[in-house]
Amino acid sequence: MVETGHFALVLAFALALVQTVVPLFGARTGNHKMMAVGAPAALTGFALTALSFVALATAYAGSDFSVESVWENSHSLQPLIYKITGTWGNHEGSMLLWVLILTFFGALVAVFGGNLPATLRANVLAVQGAIGATFLLFILTTSNPFVRLNPAPIEGRDLNPILQDLGLAIHPPLLYLGYVGFSICFSFSVAALIEGRIDASWARWVRPWTLVAWMFLTGGIAMGSYWAYYELGWGGFWFWDPVENASFMPWLAGTALLHSAIVMEKRSALKIWTLLLAILTFSLSLLGTFLVRSGVLTSVHAFATDPTRGVFILCILTLFIGGSLALFALRASRLTAGGLFHPISREGALVLNNLFLTTATATVLVGTLYPLVVEALSADKISVGAPFFNLTFGPLMVPLLVVVPFGPLLAWKRGDIFAVAQRLMAAFAAALLAVLVTALFIDGASVLAALGVGLAFWLICGAFTDLAVKSGFGTVAPATVLRRFAGLPRSVFGTALAHLGLGLTTLGIVGTLCFGTEKILSMHAGDTVELSGHTLRFEGLYPAQGPNYSEDRGRFALLGADGSIAGEITSAKRSYPVRQMTTTESGISTIGFSQLYLSLGDEASDGSVVVRLWWKPLVTLIWGGGLVMMAGAAMSLLDRRLRVGAPSSRKPAGAVPSASPP
Amino acid sequence: MSQRVTLASLVLLLALLFAGAAQAVKPDEVLADPALEARARALSEGLRCMVCQNQSIDESDADLARDLRILVRQRLVAGDTDQQVMDYVVSRYGEFVLLKPRFNLRNALLWGTPVLLLLVGGTFILLAARSRRSTATAALTSDEKAALDAILRRD
Repeated sequence: MVETGHFALVLAFALALVQTVVPLFGARTGNHKMMAVGAPAALTGFALTALSFVALATAYAGSDFSVESVWENSHSLQPLIYKITGTWGNHEGSMLLWVLILTFFGALVAVFGGNLPATLRANVLAVQGAIGATFLLFILTTSNPFVRLNPAPIEGRDLNPILQDLGLAIHPPLLYLGYVGFSICFSFSVAALIEGRIDASWARWVRPWTLVAWMFLTGGIAMGSYWAYYELGWGGFWFWDPVENASFMPWLAGTALLHSAIVMEKRSALKIWTLLLAILTFSLSLLGTFLVRSGVLTSVHAFATDPTRGVFILCILTLFIGGSLALFALRASRLTAGGLFHPISREGALVLNNLFLTTATATVLVGTLYPLVVEALSADKISVGAPFFNLTFGPLMVPLLVVVPFGPLLAWKRGDIFAVAQRLMAAFAAALLAVLVTALFIDGASVLAALGVGLAFWLICGAFTDLAVKSGFGTVAPATVLRRFAGLPRSVFGTALAHLGLGLTTLGIVGTLCFGTEKILSMHAGDTVELSGHTLRFEGLYPAQGPNYSEDRGRFALLGADGSIAGEITSAKRSYPVRQMTTTESGISTIGFSQLYLSLGDEASDGSVVVRLWWKPLVTLIWGGGLVMMAGAAMSLLDRRLRVGAPSSRKPAGAVPSASPP
Repeated sequence: MSQRVTLASLVLLLALLFAGAAQAVKPDEVLADPALEARARALSEGLRCMVCQNQSIDESDADLARDLRILVRQRLVAGDTDQQVMDYVVSRYGEFVLLKPRFNLRNALLWGTPVLLLLVGGTFILLAARSRRSTATAALTSDEKAALDAILRRD
């Protein structure tokens, strides 16, 4: 099975080369037979990569330690779920997952692209094939997951204990679906540049793909943040770690792309800019892959490092980013600029959104790379940490968040800012009320904290105002309002949901940072501790044995007002003998939207235990807001407009039989 | 920032009341003067633990981080200002120790990027909007104008 997987991977590489060369040549010469090669090649390439991935996963699930990568990252005593997720919990396997998702998206274009102009589809598949081919070559030459060991070891070296968590099952696949999903937008942009024109179907296609990728990337980042929050035992939800930044940059650029794609689709303006953004977004995804995979950074996520791979990925980066930007420089002037608009209009608001988001992206990029550049040029070492990003990124986000509720209410082409402001009066009043209530009734609230809460409420109420105004609330009869509400396009709900999610995340961040409390103390069994109105009693330490670890569980009883036990929190110090690593399993109790977070420290000689306890108000909203944003993207994808009505220029039936839309 | 300082001092006060504070900051490190200790913790958040991957000395359990925390407190007790403490730590460990890079010529590009991009981007957008509007209004040729006049006169 392992050799089958290896063979399938080599075959997938060869096929990816065919997928690149033949359709590209066909599109140049107008040869329809050659262009038609793209779709079946993409489908077969996906099938072969999937076969290869299944072969590797089978080796992991069956603990086949004759495979080097399995031996290094698995253990026979691990629970089956972690044996399987361990497939991508290492460099080789995660690269294979990356390519699997890349070929999956290529196959989707092959299946659903039947209504695209033939040359555009051929060029898109060719570019997609080229990305696949380089990454397959990278895997085969520098990171082959199928290398055998002879003689085979009896036992494996265990998966990194930090990764032995459900988070590994969800976070990387979601993140890669996002990262790699932007490859479609990239391929479409490069294909448009190769052809030298952007037609209507191009605009129709790029937006849904951006939505899909953005939705998954949002989920991946939110999931990763929650995973780090509970697994690392520090109680932080964002560390401005270079690896986090690597996933955040494509998200920021992707968010800008999402908004500029709306302008392009609706008003056919900002075409060139949208094209450039699509290229930049995927370039940042590639850069993120490079930063994480090459080991050029030292950070908490750097569990797989090998400098020789770095050079290879750097070559891939140069090829694709440099190549696409060069093509852009050569061809962009051929593309025609689109419709006109007044600065105060929906388009104008979206341009402002793009200005702030791209500046924020560049800020994070410069902050992440600056230490590397300084070290390379001067042999000095500097650090760029959280204080830098808080000081630069924060102020950039505030004005952006303030204008968010205006955007969807402004009219296209020429908007009336005063009319919009009037409609937003209720939202503004609610935000003002939130500021006053926070400042007056919550102890220890600073002015900044109160303003932060106000900003969050401004966003939340702004999202509802958008829906209310568009269903005619207050201007027509209630029954008509309901009918109009039900009849609103799904994309309007999508926008409102995404902006609502943004408001919820903001509220969660402000609540946790400004109103969180913390207590660090050492406790004996029977001691009680009180934090922000919650009382915990330490019940004692109990040893326990897991499948591949042993742990000391600290049990804490959450006491009600009358002293009765209202709940239990368990936090553990876990020790994994194979890797000789200890991890802290934090204990979390969710109360409303807030959480009590408890992490066990060292045991002293007198039997007392160090306990770190945090009260994190509204902390779950940080990730809950992410889920609402995902729901917004999903809602937009369900919009009728994206499913039907794409301009049809389908080739005569029979030209591409395997690729007609279902 | 001031919010976090007051928070830190509150936590510290509680920790002192309940005794036995530990975490990264161990009880034997804590200074008797709460105001001084609060300053020490605020400074610690901006100093990198040299042997850790991406942690401040305030969060780290490493021995080196502990040494640095004690050093910061010693300088504060000796009467240094916050700036003097930071300068002293940098003179011993280099700029690598600062999580917030200094405002100097070498870091000009780092700190300048957000402002520069906003200015350049904003100017570009304004200019593009203006030039487009002028080309749009000048788009009528004399023939078109004559045709338009003819249409208007008909009404």
